[in-house]
Amino acid sequence: MALASTDVTVAAVADRLRGRRADVSGRVFLGLLLAALGLTVVTLVTLLVSVTQDAMPVLQGGAVLEREKSPDIDAENLTVTVFGETIPLEAREDPVTGGTRYYRVSERSLGSFLSNGVNFTRPAENGISQGIFGTLGIAVMVILFALPLGIGAAIYLEEYAADSRLTRFIDVNIRNLAGVPSIVYGILGFTILVKALGPITGGRSLLSAGITMAVLVLPIVIITAAEAIRAVPDSLREAGFGVGATRWEVVRHHVLPYALPGILTGAMLSLARALGEAAPLILVGAQTGFFTDPTGALDRITGSFTALPMQVFNFTRQPGEILKVQAAAGTIVILLLIVLAVNATGIILRNRFEAKRS
Amino acid sequence: MTGSIHRTIAPRSILASAALTADDLRGDPRRNARERAVRVLLFAAADFSVLVSAAIVFSLVREAITFLQEADLSTLWSDRWDPRKNSFDMRTLLVATLGTTAVAMVVATPIGLGTAVYLSEYAPPGFRKVLKPVIEVLAGIPSVVLGFFALTWIAPNVVDRFFDPTSSQNLLVAGIGVGILTVPLVASISEDALRSVPLALREASYGVGAKKVQTVCRVVIPAAVSGLVAALIVAVSRAIGETLVVTIAAGGSGQASFPASFPSPELVLEPGLTMTAAMATLAAGSDQVVGQGPSFQSLFFVGLLLFVFTLSLNLLASRIVRRLRQAY
Repeated sequence: MALASTDVTVAAVADRLRGRRADVSGRVFLGLLLAALGLTVVTLVTLLVSVTQDAMPVLQGGAVLEREKSPDIDAENLTVTVFGETIPLEAREDPVTGGTRYYRVSERSLGSFLSNGVNFTRPAENGISQGIFGTLGIAVMVILFALPLGIGAAIYLEEYAADSRLTRFIDVNIRNLAGVPSIVYGILGFTILVKALGPITGGRSLLSAGITMAVLVLPIVIITAAEAIRAVPDSLREAGFGVGATRWEVVRHHVLPYALPGILTGAMLSLARALGEAAPLILVGAQTGFFTDPTGALDRITGSFTALPMQVFNFTRQPGEILKVQAAAGTIVILLLIVLAVNATGIILRNRFEAKRS
Repeated sequence: MTGSIHRTIAPRSILASAALTADDLRGDPRRNARERAVRVLLFAAADFSVLVSAAIVFSLVREAITFLQEADLSTLWSDRWDPRKNSFDMRTLLVATLGTTAVAMVVATPIGLGTAVYLSEYAPPGFRKVLKPVIEVLAGIPSVVLGFFALTWIAPNVVDRFFDPTSSQNLLVAGIGVGILTVPLVASISEDALRSVPLALREASYGVGAKKVQTVCRVVIPAAVSGLVAALIVAVSRAIGETLVVTIAAGGSGQASFPASFPSPELVLEPGLTMTAAMATLAAGSDQVVGQGPSFQSLFFVGLLLFVFTLSLNLLASRIVRRLRQAY
């Protein structure tokens, strides 16, 4: 009996230690977390798949049917005459009323979509070359304005500034600027660049948009660059000062090369943000419809412009499947390719840099 | 660099006078001049951000004052937003903004926090390395793209199917879109907060026999709670300021009436015009060409309100984060 009761005790203790009951609450909690994570991933995949599907007619090219409602349709010969030009038509049965509908048939290809300008009256000939030009132009201006200014400010705050009241004010100010909604930066661009400095910037121009975007991402460039500079070990600086280098020599030859991958990562993420923003473009006055490209290098910078995010916005506001869905989705695919490539460069840069350091 | 050092402490002068003068220690004037010039340039770069803030406040306030002087102020608290007809009801815009923001937070809070807790506490390091970039890709998707996705996919496949909206463009669709947009923001700030909880706290919890779920829910999350709250406040601020999703998917045109169903939560099933969407439609409309009268100036007044709201929320969040830093 005594022996048996010891066995029972041992078994009970062992059970207790092993955890006899299944960890139900733990499993349920983990299940909920995985569901949250799964939703995030599923949403991303759904978004990419559904946009690509919508864009397929544009990416693959092919025939586009445009409804012709002109009263001058010659129903016998299946043609319509517009401005003296005779255009062949195709007749199809209206699925709703059973009557006859007439369509123009045009060929669209990815090449023409990438190389044509905006054309809302002939959706088959609509293209986004102007948007691609504008987005690349904004990228160049963000690199030219935001990077030197942002990295310079970060160097000053991390390497030069004493811990004074002014420094703390600048620091808080930059953090708050990073949280200002992008449309408010649009108002800034409208008031200062389009109106006040209009004679210099050309008003509603690519230059105004580029500078507005540069100012928009400036706080992010400063914050990420400052973090990268802060991560540089002090021993590097001390070694530099020890051999008699000045502060700028230490920064240029030791701190910056060490912090460069981190700075570039931040710069890439900022650039991606600038290329995807549309709200400031609406305020700065990107073109919403047809416009002829300005000629001459200077005029292209100070003249009418649009950019890819703005074109997506414009297309979604047009009636009809061809513009509202297909053209918008096609533009999104091109925009995503650019933005995600820039983003991926930043992420890869950081991962390689982290792998090297650890 | 060695060359410049030789120049600084010139050996010849030491030999000649056999003593170090103050001039020898002053250094190369060209090198000092460059040092000063660089310092001034960098200081100017840092100060530029202050100039930007001043310019933002100036841009908003100047025209907002013009608006307040010219507009019929009794319409600010009426029941219709219609700038062309000089009706500027803020209630309409505020209710729509709060509606989309509330929906966005209902979406982003569980998904964002759940993702953060999983990444910080559960994910094996290898899996985490794959998941982090996925979240970063989502964070990098432009808001205009989410607006399109909300309009063409969420509206027909989620909202129309499970709810009974009065129009397929409504505040619920826009709110879900904005919510998806803020998920990565909530996830990354919360994950930082969770990971900054010292390991010793978790070990102590395991040491007294707590299970993983008990450790996470009763030790780690309470310890990180101020960081998590800050993440949610930043997300609210971001949701209020989000423009493109609500302009594309909420169904607001240039004018809107105060929702009849207020204060029932069913108002999110109706189309609506948020503060940011009101600004965007004003700017994208033909009013911009005219640029006259209080109609266009109302854009600046709404912008000023938006700026004040988001700034207050961001300041609140950073104050909470500072309290967290002091705790450890």
